Amino acid sequence: MRSAFFGEIEKIYKRRNDIFVLTADLGYKLFDAIKNASPERFCNIGVAEQNMVGVAAGLALSGKNVYCYTIIPFLVMRAYEQIRVDVDYHNLDVKLVGAGAGFSYGFEGITHLGLEDLGMMRALQNTSVVVPADPLEAACAAKASVNYKGPLYIRLGQTGAPSVHEGPPAFDIGKAMVIKEGKGLAIFCNGSMVYASKLAADMLSKKGISPTIVNMHTLKPLDTDTIGSIAETHGNIFTVEEHNVNGGLGSAIAEVLLEKGYKGRFKRIGIPPKLGYEVGNADHLRQAYGLTPESIFKKISESF
Amino acid sequence: MKNKKNEYGELGILSRKIRLSVLDMIHRTKSPHIGSSLSAVDILVALYFEIMNIDPKGQCGKNKDRFILSKGHACAALYAVMAERGIIDADTINGFARNGGALEQHPNKHHCEGIEVSTGSLGHGLSIGAGMALSGKVDRKAYKVYVLLSDGEMNEGSVWEAVMFAAHQGLDNLIALVDANKIQAMGCTKDIIGLDPISEKWRSFGWHVQDIDGHDFREIINAFKNIMPGKPNAIILNTSKGKGVSFMENNVLWHYRSPDEVEYRDARKELAK
Repeated sequence: MRSAFFGEIEKIYKRRNDIFVLTADLGYKLFDAIKNASPERFCNIGVAEQNMVGVAAGLALSGKNVYCYTIIPFLVMRAYEQIRVDVDYHNLDVKLVGAGAGFSYGFEGITHLGLEDLGMMRALQNTSVVVPADPLEAACAAKASVNYKGPLYIRLGQTGAPSVHEGPPAFDIGKAMVIKEGKGLAIFCNGSMVYASKLAADMLSKKGISPTIVNMHTLKPLDTDTIGSIAETHGNIFTVEEHNVNGGLGSAIAEVLLEKGYKGRFKRIGIPPKLGYEVGNADHLRQAYGLTPESIFKKISESF
Repeated sequence: MKNKKNEYGELGILSRKIRLSVLDMIHRTKSPHIGSSLSAVDILVALYFEIMNIDPKGQCGKNKDRFILSKGHACAALYAVMAERGIIDADTINGFARNGGALEQHPNKHHCEGIEVSTGSLGHGLSIGAGMALSGKVDRKAYKVYVLLSDGEMNEGSVWEAVMFAAHQGLDNLIALVDANKIQAMGCTKDIIGLDPISEKWRSFGWHVQDIDGHDFREIINAFKNIMPGKPNAIILNTSKGKGVSFMENNVLWHYRSPDEVEYRDARKELAK
């Protein structure tokens, strides 16, 4: 997914000399082409995320368009205050690109998991939050990010993530994407859980349930119009995300639905707020914590 | 500014005026951080009246020098200097720490022309300054970036990330100024986290370092004349917290306290001498 994202950035980087790409010493070989194209505007800052975000702010205050890359917990959690004050408060053209959404780096353990980032990033004042579902969307997000004004957080999933789309989708930051139109039941999902929800929907259809699937690739600004119109026609709404069930997509949708006076059934599916001490790769952890297509299917069908 | 008899006498006169204005602002609004502001007055006067290439509005512009007050809590001194330099007006100063007013107790870019970076949380300014300096290098611009830090601020690990980065990148357009007043929020720096030897730390990280009296204009101006090309420069300014008011000097109480009526009158008397 990150290759798809930075593959697009590479093309634009070669055309535009205002773009800087910074990494905090992660992304082995990922940036070779970018670095070779213009070494002056690429910088491996070292294992120093706070400095990376501060330097990005200084560059952006000097008119540059800056991409910062590392894995999610180091980017968002380690440098959160720099993100909040230096980038978000100054409302700068800095793109924060985090890899390893949810359980992506499973075996690496808690230090490497991206569990709380969406809650943290959507609480900021000016930062938009985008969660591509597959490599094609990551490439779309890369293209859309270049001329996007203000800070942008892009949450990338696992390398080798399966494709939701067969070709490049119509992708606009801030506009929800209806993947499948169904009846009575809607699933709002993002990131890796779009693909998983599609598979769960196939299983549901065998039981005569045809869900609508909405890919909420932009968590902020949230497409409240689409949420509202789906709510009017669907009596059951589920959210599915590979993020702490508190604070992310489910919470954001719940806020909108409650304020719109939604009277239907609503349930959030996500990573439990408190994890056990399970060891495993991403697939194993998704299974252990209830985020496989089968467990999504089970949770939804049990509600009927 | 200079004359033969008393080379930097006019800067000294300005400093006294600025200190009075800091005292007035802080007394009027019962604001904290008078000690931290008074220790930084002389370096700010030198920067804004002698050293920096800035336009009269104080906006950095493409080729103008940039200044970041990384020790943002000393902003009363910065505002007073900017007012004296004609960058902000009296109305703005009167809106300091007032409900619905113009200025907060930390610098805010959105409130005031001439403030380029909002600060207040320590350990941010040098990284941002390094980013500005890197941009200037890549674009081959002549501007310099000045960042004023406190000595207590060097407790922050992020400062050292920036120190290493700037040296590695050879950012000789970046000048770190350390207001070493030897006192931080809860006491003497030497009792909280020993910083000495400050100069050797910066030097061993690859910076050119000068260690000077931060209240002596001759030493301050000379230090700027002796900036070394090829690497980032640090000037360690040995200062006194609360400089200029005898009962405030080197006393941590004045990190917090604002003077009452009697103290205000006494301080004014001393500063007006």
